[in-house]
Amino acid sequence: MAHDTLYAHPEAPAPEPGARRAGALWRALFTRWDTWVVIVLAVVVVGAGASVDGFAGPRNTQFLLMDIVAIALIALPMTLIVITGEIDLSVASTLGLCSAVMGQLWVAGLPLELIVVLVVVLGAVLGVVNGVFVTKFGLPSLAVTIGTLAAYRGLSFVVLGDQAVADFPRQWTDAASSTIGGSPVPWSVLIAVVLAVAFAVVLHWTPFGRSLYAMGNNAEAATFAGVSVNRAKFWLFVASGAVAGLAGVYWTLRYASARADNGSGLELAVVAAVLLGGVSIFGGRGTLLGVLAGVLLLGSLRNALQLADVPADTLNVVTGALLITSVVVPNVVGMARSWLRQRRHQRG
Amino acid sequence: MAGDDAVPLLAVRDVTKSFGAVAAVAGVSFALHGGEAHALVGENGAGKSTIVKMLAGVHRPDSGAIEMDGAPLVLGSPADARAAGIAIIYQEPTLFPDLSVAENIFMGRQPLGRLRRIDKAAMKAEAEELFGRLGVHLDPDRPARGLSIADQQLVEIAKALSVDARVLVMDEPTAALSGVEVERLFAVARTLCAQGAAVLFISHRFDEVFSLCERITVMRDGRWVSTDPTADLTVDQVVRRMVGRDVSALFPKEEVEPGEVVLDVRGLTRHGVFSDVTFSVRRGEIVALAGLVGAGRSEVVRAIFGIDRLDEGEVHVDGERLPAGSPAAAMNAGLALVPEDRRQQGLVMELSIERNATLTRLGALARVGLLSGRAERRAAREWTKRLQVKYGLLADAVGTLSGGNQQKVVLAKWLATEPKVLIVDEPTRGIDVGTKAEVHRLMSRLAGQGMAVVMVSSELPEVLGMADRVLVMHEGRVTAELSRAEANEETVMFAATGQNGTAA
Repeated sequence: MAHDTLYAHPEAPAPEPGARRAGALWRALFTRWDTWVVIVLAVVVVGAGASVDGFAGPRNTQFLLMDIVAIALIALPMTLIVITGEIDLSVASTLGLCSAVMGQLWVAGLPLELIVVLVVVLGAVLGVVNGVFVTKFGLPSLAVTIGTLAAYRGLSFVVLGDQAVADFPRQWTDAASSTIGGSPVPWSVLIAVVLAVAFAVVLHWTPFGRSLYAMGNNAEAATFAGVSVNRAKFWLFVASGAVAGLAGVYWTLRYASARADNGSGLELAVVAAVLLGGVSIFGGRGTLLGVLAGVLLLGSLRNALQLADVPADTLNVVTGALLITSVVVPNVVGMARSWLRQRRHQRG
Repeated sequence: MAGDDAVPLLAVRDVTKSFGAVAAVAGVSFALHGGEAHALVGENGAGKSTIVKMLAGVHRPDSGAIEMDGAPLVLGSPADARAAGIAIIYQEPTLFPDLSVAENIFMGRQPLGRLRRIDKAAMKAEAEELFGRLGVHLDPDRPARGLSIADQQLVEIAKALSVDARVLVMDEPTAALSGVEVERLFAVARTLCAQGAAVLFISHRFDEVFSLCERITVMRDGRWVSTDPTADLTVDQVVRRMVGRDVSALFPKEEVEPGEVVLDVRGLTRHGVFSDVTFSVRRGEIVALAGLVGAGRSEVVRAIFGIDRLDEGEVHVDGERLPAGSPAAAMNAGLALVPEDRRQQGLVMELSIERNATLTRLGALARVGLLSGRAERRAAREWTKRLQVKYGLLADAVGTLSGGNQQKVVLAKWLATEPKVLIVDEPTRGIDVGTKAEVHRLMSRLAGQGMAVVMVSSELPEVLGMADRVLVMHEGRVTAELSRAEANEETVMFAATGQNGTAA
């Protein structure tokens, strides 16, 4: 059976000498989407710091970070969901409904500690609804979560109407925007970092995470390899709901206001950040580090533009344009690469 | 028939094509003449597909030329190839399932009537005329959905005819066809040849090559080996040229004393698909499921493995009943399934060789629930080496490998789980002779080490050569169970066609 082993194969490339391997490493680094997101992020931060008044100040840094915590939180499970080839567009409405219920429960006189737990559980239950429709009934998540996007937002107005509950205790609302020691970094960032590490470990270092990439590329082959595709997707939707619920708690306390329209349109920012971070909308590709860079990039850009007195509508145009760019650029790059390769071959 | 000195209809002259460091095709030349069917044979990875893709306008040769009627032809895109009159029929046609047969044939070139509306009557009439020329009966108005693969290929051929294709390239068109369907396809190909077209036929089945083609070109490792009239060749000669060595015993099943029963299947039924399938497999035994395409064999093994649901019946492994519908439970019990469709079911084509090779045993490779890249890489390297997979880098997408090497990766990922029962569905479909022999030897050796093997195969020589017992299925039922001594071409074919009691 051993007429030619792997090592005897003439086309197997010889091990590269150190210098060339280092070159290959650099090349590999710079052909990665995440690397470029980090570079662009650095350019935006430095550029804005130099040219936009107040951008680099500690107060703005604190607000910038507080603004993106909710997006960062929701983007974590969203990253995993998009990698499996699904999407959850109901996250902002889940946040809103959780916020509204939080307000009603506070009005009803429940202790806030209990409310927080209940609201996160509610978020998980809302995720269960998405998960059941997607995995048990086999419906496309795009359709299901557009449906629940509308339904959950509608429900939150049923729960709270157009009033706002704003009399949460000071120590709780202050805690939501307090900072670590003398630094401009709010405590809430720490929650996001802890969860981000947890999600990164799950995605990049566990069998479960590996299976997500497999099913995102080819669910059938994943099933044949013993991966429980539907079970994995179900739990991701539950996680997405629970995290959106947590983000709802944070949002309510941070603005000291429970309202039915809290977080309206936030799903756009989350999806834009995830795609900007290099996750393929077709599934099967992306890293959590890239997504975090994407969240920071989107947040910094919006913040800098806001400081520069760019109107809010224009900001949404920018977000939308970034979303489309991050879908289009990988395709264009791929096309350019194969064109270059072809030309090189014809010359050579 | 054209003489050797006539200007060929289509000539491939000294073409070369490399992907990265790997030369897929190096200096290959051959010529197609009008009125002649020409076979292109070679192991998988020999470069046949690359040649087809050049003719299809998908790849451009790095050097060398393609000539038509003696004049150079530049094929920069599939549209160029179509315009030049080159039509390609693939193993699995890609029709629009919700459109009618006629609409599929004329997609993008529909005959227009008044106000540039599609003239349906003219389209139907033309489609009927095309099918008439091909001598087949297909209703132009029926939707493409539900057509057999053979009929879909006929639609593709009709499409080719409708643009007056002069060169018809058929890339392993018969892999999924039954005997009758193959005959009909060949009749059509002969008709086309008689009308002056040239046919390039790519296949691993030598009986077909020898019955259809006037000339055979052999390729090996991207290079041209020989082109000869079929009449001057024997199958042995062709095989030797393809592999560059003698393939001694193609089906070398060792004699093994079977052990205790490992897999016990009782009364398996899925309404409308298969019913009351009962059999058991012992350690060291190879049991073949034979039958015609569509007899329900793949469906049975899929149900055993828990991919498809069951209506009735039980599966026992080592006396323990398997929970139905759970591939993960089947894997834990020691089952492995190498599926029929490598590209869709066996592998995640976009992922790396490493990721594919370890996908089945991530749990086992993890320490306290966490994976370290190193353990995965080591496992992938070990198993790809054991199966002699030829690759550049473990990080390369598995889709860049040749078919035979892809199949080895599928086998690697399942053998790595160290299964008690290995179920293989068409283990050697579409792979080359050399790899085929390796796979057979491997299965035989595994059985020798005490593994129970269930093999679904449509290739009779493989079934007869490898199996200790043959279960023959016909329309969802087991119609015969034959021992190695009882099984021969006749007994199997009788049972497979449902003619009970005639033989066996």
